[in-house]
Order: sequence, then C-alpha cells, then structure tokens
Amino acid sequence: MYELISYASVWAIPLILATILVYGMYKKVPVYESFTEGAKEGFGTAIKIIPHLVGMLVAVSIFRQSGALDMITSLCKPLLDLLHIPGDILPLALLRPISGAGALAVTTDIMATHGPDSFLGRLASTMQGSTDTTLYVLTVYFGAIGIRNSLYALKVGLLADVAGIVASIFIVTMVFGVV
Amino acid sequence: MVNYIWLGLILIGIVVAGINGKIEVVSAAAFEGAKTGVTVCFGLISILAFWLGMMKIAEDSGLLKKLQRLLSPIARFLFPDVPRDHPAMGYILSNMSANMLGLGNAATPMGIKAMQELQKLSPDPRTATPAMCTLLALNTSSITLIPTTIIAIRLNYESTNAVEIVGTTLFATFVSTGVAILFDKYYRYRTRRTRTKG
Repeated sequence: MYELISYASVWAIPLILATILVYGMYKKVPVYESFTEGAKEGFGTAIKIIPHLVGMLVAVSIFRQSGALDMITSLCKPLLDLLHIPGDILPLALLRPISGAGALAVTTDIMATHGPDSFLGRLASTMQGSTDTTLYVLTVYFGAIGIRNSLYALKVGLLADVAGIVASIFIVTMVFGVV
Repeated sequence: MVNYIWLGLILIGIVVAGINGKIEVVSAAAFEGAKTGVTVCFGLISILAFWLGMMKIAEDSGLLKKLQRLLSPIARFLFPDVPRDHPAMGYILSNMSANMLGLGNAATPMGIKAMQELQKLSPDPRTATPAMCTLLALNTSSITLIPTTIIAIRLNYESTNAVEIVGTTLFATFVSTGVAILFDKYYRYRTRRTRTKG
C-alpha cells in the first residue's frame, strides 16, 4: 500500500508536466514562449503578497512566542479531561489554522515523544492531513488580488477547521480506540 | 474579522508576554515573523513562475478547457455564478485536482490564478465575491487523498504502519470539506438575501 502511494506521489508531477507539454506540442503551441509568458507573472504576484504575509506572520509569531498558546492550553485542560481528550493534542488543534510550520513542528514533536503509532501520534497525523492553514491560505489568496473585505470566507474556513478537528478525534477513537 | 484576529493575536501576545515577565520576546518575535514572511514570499517566486508557466501552456493548448468540460457538473454545483466557459473555471478545477493529489506547491499558483480570474468578474475589486469565498473554503478544508508529508514523518519515526492513517485522514477531510461547502452555501444564501432586502 505504501509503495503504491509513494509511487503515485513521485510520478504525479512528472506525468502532469509531460501531459501538458505533449498536448501543447500536439496542438502546435509554441511551448517555450508560452511558458515564459506565463512565468513572467510569478514575480509580481509573489511581491504583491509580501505585505500581507509579513503582517500575518508577525502577529502569529508574537502570539506563539509570548506563551499565550501554553496559557490557553492549560486553561482548557479541565474541560478536555472531562471529554477524555488528551490535553497534549490541544496546541496542535489551536495552531493548525494559524500556522502551518508551527503545526508541523508540534506534530513532529508529538511523534518524537509519544511515537507515531500511539493514539496521540495517529490523532496528530490525521488532524495534520485533514485541514489546512486557513489564515495562510486567506492571506496568500486574497493578498494576491488585494481583497480588503473577505466577506464570510474566514468564518467558513475556521468552522471547517473545527469540523475537521472534531471529526479527527471521533474517527481515530473509533478506528484505533483510546491509547 | 481578519482585523480582529490580527489585532487579537498581537495584543494577547503582548499582554501574556508581560504577565510572564518576558516582554523582551515580543520585538524579537515580531522581526522573526516579518523575516519569515519575506522568506516565504521569495520562496514562492520560483514555484509561482514555474507553475504559471506550465499553466499558460495548458491554457494555450486548450487542455484547461478539456478539464473544465470534464468536471463541469461539480463546478456548476459549487460555483453557480461563474459562467461555464470562463477561464476562471479551468484554474479552479486544476487547483482542486492539485490539492486532491497532495501537490501543495502546484495548488497555490493555480489557486492564485483562479482568484485573479474571479477578480475580473467582480463588481468591487476590494470585496470578495461568493465564488472567491467558495474557492477559499475548498482550499482551507483541503481535500487531500494522499497526505504525503505526514506519511514521510511517520516513516521517519519508525512507524510500523505509516499509511494506516490514510483512511482516518480521508474521513476527517471529507467531513471538513462537507462542512465547508454547507456553511459556504448557507452564508452565500444569507448574504444574497440581506443584499436584496437592503
């Protein structure tokens, strides 16, 4: 199973590239010129995102390094104990929507401490794989086109994150059982 | 809402750092965050240039249009207000396909390109349209079929069965994407109602 998956993920990009190029050739597109024409846009787009990403990452960095996350975790611990949810997973759940790199660091740490095949390890893996960094996606996508008013996009993204986290806890408990 | 989250993160951070007696971390953290922001953006230049170049070939050859036609039933359900033959649709669908395959760095340029195309349909360039919100919702809930990174980390820590979480991840992904689509439809409906009323 793993071999199949790693095979698929290694082959996916080369196959996509070959398909695009061969099809372009077949349709007599001047492939190299088209490529450079499209690539030209890359620089400007990336530069446009800088102010948005700097602003957001400054806030996330201050929030994390100040110890605010640890404080919220310890405040929520009694409630989690009541629901039989291990408190160690809370930093990941809180961090996942706001910082991709931070969440990955927490997941790696959980695997190193508890092992990948522990309940926590499996839960962290599932959570990490099933949601994305909402704040980052919003910043990059809307920053690139200069959106000021994001309407209800953030609300929907965060609600989906909550659903993903709850669903992860539910399914991992059902499939693997606690501990 | 972004304004409040941004302000909240910074102010809570400053207050907590003060209480913990380590106020000096605030400025260091701020500069570190700013530096990361620029680093990430510069890293994006290469990925964006590369994939936008490939996408241009796909567009010029009509490959995007083909994908568009193939997946048009899904597209019409999720994006009812985007004209069927609009180029935005091709980019939206390639963004979704890249996400499903777990090709994170290919998905972002296509998503940005899709947003730029959607912007052309927008009456007000500063305000997001419902279609933009839907695209964002699909991306934040990330329909991943193969969580490659996680499997790699698990292997790294000598998991006896690194892929055993594929099933649970799929389930959780479907729930979060389903919830995203439901709420998206709900808020879309509500905004339209308040607009026609007002």
